[in-house]
Amino acid sequence: MGDRGIGAETACAGGADTADEGVFMPVVVALGSVAVLILVAIAAPLASRRPAIATPVVYGTSGLAALVLFVTALAALLGHLDVAGEVVLPLGLPWVGAHFRIDPLSAFFLVVVDLGAATASLYALGYGAHEDHPERVLPFYPAFLAGMNLVILSADAFSFLVGWEFMSLASWALVMAHHHEEENRRAGYVYLVMASFGTLMLLLAFGLMAGPDGVYAFAEMGNRVREPWLPGLVLVLALLGAGSKAGLVPLHVWLPLAHPAAPSHVSALMSGVMTKVAVYGFVRIVFDLVGEPVWWWSAVVMGLGALTAVLGVLHAILERDFKRLLAYSTVENIGIVFIGLGLALAFRTNEMAGPAALAVTAALFHALNHSLFKGLMFFGAGAVLTATGERDIEKLGGLIHRLPVTAFFVLGGAVAISALPPLNGFVSEWMIFQAILLSPDLPQWALKFMVPAVGAALAFSAALAGACFVRAYGVAFLGRPRSAAAAEAREVDILSRTAMALLLGLCLLAGIVPGLVIDAASSVAIQLVGHDMPPQPLFPSLSIVPVSEGRSSYSGMLVFIFILISSGLVIWAIHRFASKTIRRGPAWDCGFPDASPATQYTADSFAMPIRRVFGPVAFGSYIERWMPPPGDPSPARLKVVRHDLPWEILYAPISGRVSRLAERLNTLQFLSIRSYLSLVFAALVGLLVVVAIWA
Amino acid sequence: MGMIRDLAIQGAQMVFVLVLAPLLLGLTRKFKARMLDRVGPPLLQPYRDLAKLVRKDVVLAENASWLFRTAPYMIFAATWVAAALVPTFATGLQFSWTADLIAITALLASARFFLALAGMDIGTAFGGIGASREMLFASLAEPAMIMMVFVVALVAGSTQLSFVANFMLTHVSLRVSLGMALVALVIVALAENARIPVDNPATHLELTMVHEAMVLEYSGRHLAVIELAAALKLLLYVSLIACVFVPWGLAPPHSGFWPLVVGAVTHLAKITIGAFLLVFFETSIAKMRVFRVPELLGSALMLGFLGTLLLFVSRSF
Repeated sequence: MGDRGIGAETACAGGADTADEGVFMPVVVALGSVAVLILVAIAAPLASRRPAIATPVVYGTSGLAALVLFVTALAALLGHLDVAGEVVLPLGLPWVGAHFRIDPLSAFFLVVVDLGAATASLYALGYGAHEDHPERVLPFYPAFLAGMNLVILSADAFSFLVGWEFMSLASWALVMAHHHEEENRRAGYVYLVMASFGTLMLLLAFGLMAGPDGVYAFAEMGNRVREPWLPGLVLVLALLGAGSKAGLVPLHVWLPLAHPAAPSHVSALMSGVMTKVAVYGFVRIVFDLVGEPVWWWSAVVMGLGALTAVLGVLHAILERDFKRLLAYSTVENIGIVFIGLGLALAFRTNEMAGPAALAVTAALFHALNHSLFKGLMFFGAGAVLTATGERDIEKLGGLIHRLPVTAFFVLGGAVAISALPPLNGFVSEWMIFQAILLSPDLPQWALKFMVPAVGAALAFSAALAGACFVRAYGVAFLGRPRSAAAAEAREVDILSRTAMALLLGLCLLAGIVPGLVIDAASSVAIQLVGHDMPPQPLFPSLSIVPVSEGRSSYSGMLVFIFILISSGLVIWAIHRFASKTIRRGPAWDCGFPDASPATQYTADSFAMPIRRVFGPVAFGSYIERWMPPPGDPSPARLKVVRHDLPWEILYAPISGRVSRLAERLNTLQFLSIRSYLSLVFAALVGLLVVVAIWA
Repeated sequence: MGMIRDLAIQGAQMVFVLVLAPLLLGLTRKFKARMLDRVGPPLLQPYRDLAKLVRKDVVLAENASWLFRTAPYMIFAATWVAAALVPTFATGLQFSWTADLIAITALLASARFFLALAGMDIGTAFGGIGASREMLFASLAEPAMIMMVFVVALVAGSTQLSFVANFMLTHVSLRVSLGMALVALVIVALAENARIPVDNPATHLELTMVHEAMVLEYSGRHLAVIELAAALKLLLYVSLIACVFVPWGLAPPHSGFWPLVVGAVTHLAKITIGAFLLVFFETSIAKMRVFRVPELLGSALMLGFLGTLLLFVSRSF
């Protein structure tokens, strides 16, 4: 595979000379686009007096900048551009400067981020017109995009962290865009705390890797020799820092609060794209910067991934708020990505290069897939929100009649996200299953016992995702309207629909020609695990073969074609030979049709069996029954009690202690000047003692 | 020439499963009636039922959407493609590499996805209850199936059914893990095909019903297509069990005419025996309460998981 190395095809004419001039370097183009985004962010407040003009200008420019970034990154990833070389800007720390470059890993994630950003901007051109407070969204949207791109472009710890914090704060401001709602303020608060915590952990991780002599540039950081205990600690910090942003259980608590609180196009970006930036941060630190991994890392990453996948989807299946349901589904999908990454680490530490390449490609593929279908689903949720003003699926129903186009696209997204062929979600999960089937050769016993369990968890979460989206789609879009708002919904604008159509098209494309994505990711796999998957030519095989022909193969395109042909055949046969008449009548419903839509199955009743079977373990849930005493005519009551275990075990005690401590310290605000002076004196003495002991 | 011949065999396989599926249904009904000391409907009754349904008008509920009308074809197409990919009389067919066993499982999941959605489309309580229960069962049956696939794939070194069948033919051995996989697969097959003890294919209007509740609003040609898909699914599972665990008689790749005939005849014999065993099991057991089913499926999942674990520990189990 050596001939397919990094930028092997860059020998296209002129590539070398342009790089010498330094003007057309892809990274310069990318930085220019980021600068445009920042300028738009600065200019937006000036124009926000006139939202009718500012909205299309801001989203249009952001979309164009994202498109330029996307094209650049894609060309760099496919090896059509020479990506060698770093740009060092005299910003940031004076003796370090700000380093930027594009390597295959960052090019892949730039593609993911900017594809999401471009489609979200397109969607926002339509959706953003309904915004009540455009001045609270417009300035932060381009800033958010710029922050995410900066994280991925940066090649030193300082600019990475600045970009990270930029991204966090801009997204926080977007979460707080509708701050009049109590719920959103709480979401913003929890998000701010968790984001600060995550950045702190990353700061410590980079600090440990930079060492006492402060090597901040990534190029040198990767080659350092470190104490043996240090990489393990960095892994834990990276899991805490990047994992909290990505939504790994138990650090996910902020995610289902914050992602739905933002306007829908921002929700799509936070869920579909920002979590991928977090995955990028994790991959960059653990696969690239920290040095050789140890086998137990894979067990930790895989285990957390499996736990995240199962808990995420179990929460999603019980959720009534459409956008929060999608946010929990993001938690699930991040778990699947981490399962893939954990497998890749396991294979890499045991020098099984081929399987490692398969696992890491599957993880990257799933990250891309998730950004596509999660964007689509959030756009759909936004369309429903625009059309009905409702996020609670219990108050929807029958939208397929009122929003036929949106309903079709969301159905496609639901199929993709439930990992069903022939769409894309299935391909990446299939590849992870294939990687799992290669893992009996792993020598460590702990991994041998763990991997089958992870496989079962993956299969379980895929099946539950199907149930989750049957429920969400069935209750919101099918059946009869449960509220007046749902009964009078109007189809959304053409731009929003175009954005959804685009994403569904990409889901289908990635599903039926997955070889394109696998081949595009091959240079990333080489960078991360030193090997890539065998090339997957579209012709003549039409199918993807992860290991060898006899072992397994899957052809999304043929499955798609066969489904088309066989459904076409049966439709033709039926309409040729069968009765063509259709009579409309009232629903039969076993002879007792009830006119009231309230008799339909609700979302809660749909989820009840699943809650009853899995709830006691996953949420400690139970039903509280209250029967009135004899003679009391008041009705009996049933109450479902459901615990959010990570919150109650982990967060509630900590936050309780912090607030108690804060109350104690509160007295410090009301002391006399004498007391303050003595405190200052005591602090000074204390610090001097510390310095004396240190020296 | 070879290409055309391979295509013809592949086409024959697609037609074969389609024609055979109602017969399997007829066989089970006949056997069941005989075991209960009844005469039972004629063997070809399912074909007549389908023909009758096809000729009847469709009565569509007033608020049925386009999804309700297209779902039967989607369900049928996905099931038919899946059923055509399971070797029945020959292995190594032209398109056998299109999808492996995991993809076949997922194709069936696609069919179920649309069936459950169709159940919810009219907005009645029955459709919802059927969809909800179906998805509950699927949430355990699907992982159990994947675990069973793991066992088979780890033993045979491939998830491609043709390779698995040929491997089983050449490496006959009794293995603990395969036994566990067989039990798991049988339980999954019972649940997926709405058979006793999970669901009862012969009842309507019981609160225990799952599959029938989802298709309650269907009539005419739509119902015919759905019924045929259900029959195909039953045939698929019986063929799957036969192909993995008793692959004898399957024509090897690129074989002549007579091995194919032998393959077809042995396959007929296999599904007859399969139908008999299925009915024997069904008549000797009572239907379960809905909330006992997850325990049954959970045990299938655990068996599959245990089998996989054993193979991770040692390839010789």
